Amino acid sequence: MAARKPGPNPHEIRKPKLCVGAGSAGDPAAAGTLASTHRRGSGSPFATNDVSLRGEGNGYWLPRTALAPMRGRKASPHYEANPRANLAARQRSLSPPPQPIPLHSIEMIETDRLTRCYGPLTAVDALSLRAEPGQVLGLLGPNGAGKSTAMRMIAGFLTPTSGTAWVCGHDVRKEPLAAKRALGYLPEGAPSYGEMTIREFLVFMVRVRGLERDVAFRRFDEVVMRLELDEVLDQTIGTLSKGLRRRVGLAQAILHDPPVLMLDEPTDGLDPNQKHSVRMLIDAMARERTILISTHLLEEVHALCNRVAIIANGRLLADATPAELEARSRYHGAVSFSAPGSGVSREMLARIPNVSMVEVDPLDGRVTVFPRAGQPILDDVQALLRTQNLEVSEIQLERGRLDEVFRQITTQRGGQA
Amino acid sequence: MTPVLAIARRELRGYFVTPVAYVFMVIFLVLAGLLTFYTGDFYDRGLADLQPFFDMHPWLYLVLVPAVTMSTWAEERASGTLELLFSLPVTISQAVLGKFLAAWGFIGICLVLTFPIWITVNYLGDPDNGVVLAGYVGSWLMAGAFIAIGTCMSTSTRSQIIAFILTAAVCFLLLLVGQPQVLDFFQDAVPPKLLGAMGQLSITRHANAIARGVLDLRDLVYFFATIVAWLAASVVMLDLKRTR
Repeated sequence: MAARKPGPNPHEIRKPKLCVGAGSAGDPAAAGTLASTHRRGSGSPFATNDVSLRGEGNGYWLPRTALAPMRGRKASPHYEANPRANLAARQRSLSPPPQPIPLHSIEMIETDRLTRCYGPLTAVDALSLRAEPGQVLGLLGPNGAGKSTAMRMIAGFLTPTSGTAWVCGHDVRKEPLAAKRALGYLPEGAPSYGEMTIREFLVFMVRVRGLERDVAFRRFDEVVMRLELDEVLDQTIGTLSKGLRRRVGLAQAILHDPPVLMLDEPTDGLDPNQKHSVRMLIDAMARERTILISTHLLEEVHALCNRVAIIANGRLLADATPAELEARSRYHGAVSFSAPGSGVSREMLARIPNVSMVEVDPLDGRVTVFPRAGQPILDDVQALLRTQNLEVSEIQLERGRLDEVFRQITTQRGGQA
Repeated sequence: MTPVLAIARRELRGYFVTPVAYVFMVIFLVLAGLLTFYTGDFYDRGLADLQPFFDMHPWLYLVLVPAVTMSTWAEERASGTLELLFSLPVTISQAVLGKFLAAWGFIGICLVLTFPIWITVNYLGDPDNGVVLAGYVGSWLMAGAFIAIGTCMSTSTRSQIIAFILTAAVCFLLLLVGQPQVLDFFQDAVPPKLLGAMGQLSITRHANAIARGVLDLRDLVYFFATIVAWLAASVVMLDLKRTR
């Protein structure tokens, strides 16, 4: 879990920032030497520089000029199997940049006013998203919100009506092949060729992606081991269970070791055990990749994502961390308790300063005390209960309810962005 | 080139893991033999060549090629694997070419398996084997043109049946247009130049020319142009479907 630090709040980022060293893509040694020559001191002229570079974990800041030799390293195609291509990329990276680095190349996934119309229907409406290295971004929305359509455009399966997307700095419209090489994609429902065995299917994927022989062998073994497919390798995909088929889809997606993963409803239609195992897999993969997951399951957001983009009717309605979303809930900071067999006076609770409202569940008698915005009330409520000598079987400080926030955001039209 | 070959290989294997390929082969070989011997007057002609055999091929292809090509793209679309295929680092042209080569290769295998008839004619007489080879080449090129048409029809729909019927209809038209009866019918209604062009469009005319043992550049150009044009149309069709 070390690398899964929560991503910075996008609303706070005004200055573009380049993070090097997402997983294995960066070269820490090179970053280190570069960084040490440009250590940021107090009053350094570089401190005001617009584009800064922070090597992962070392806390050094680099001026824009320091980026020049690093150009192409961020997008260093370690997923490129061909060593000659690698060499070419290195050589390219050594030549001076013809122009300043476009900002979008910094993000692992970025969309810019991505729009898609089906006739009169606008499925995705000017969607702008960005996922930074190491992030697990959840695309949350009701069914038909445009999640799959957005993903299909990023994957290059659908052409955007307007706007575009970048994968690892590659424009999906202008350099579709480079973008696709950097991307592992699990389409909705994990489609695969039912008449093939798992082995044949994965070998086909290796060949189509043009992986070098030794790389291919290594990756094949790795993926088969990681997804525990070794015992079913020679089974026909058409005869597999849903969970296994999903695993085959995941295997296919990570076969070429892509820096960016995009999974469309990866746990949809699976039983709780299969859901758990798929989530464990995603969690393990998140350590070295940027992942975009679409889902309509709120529990998934808690389990996997460190940032959430809520979309409905094709529009981005919220973009925040799960905790920030929970804080929007009216339940955030509320105190609820069960006090069976004793008449709790609602008036008394309501008289506590900072309490805005008291609700009693008519079914089980559970009392929920709501605070005024942002005010802590747990201590006051506990003190009151103590002084009144009330038997409380269980008391809880609510974090906030995502489902309520989700409903609130997605059902009100034109909710705040 | 690697993705093209990988796709072609997968497709070709795909034919043989289902019974489709074997059913097709048996029907093709049986029909080819039957038609040659019963309707083609193979013996009565008293000539040591395979003319009656090759004469039947357009009509065999008319029914059998659409059956091979109908699933190529329609099935990918219906089962959702198209999304998977197009998320791979493969251009549409590469994918179209790969699938085309697989189908063409499959028909090639079927043609090779008709070798007993070649042995028969060599046993019975002393045919010009160069002409026989040219016949095979002509037949194979004709199959390529049919497959390219079938590919295009398969990209335009997700229903295999519709793909089959459309392919058969277009191929039938291309066969018919060169038949003397049709040309006679249009003789008075159409200016002679257009009539000549219609005749040139005919698949049978070019296939027969090659089958006679003359590898004329014009006939080769005709087949390659037909194949390329229909495959290009397939690429455009698939690309259009991504935008709409």
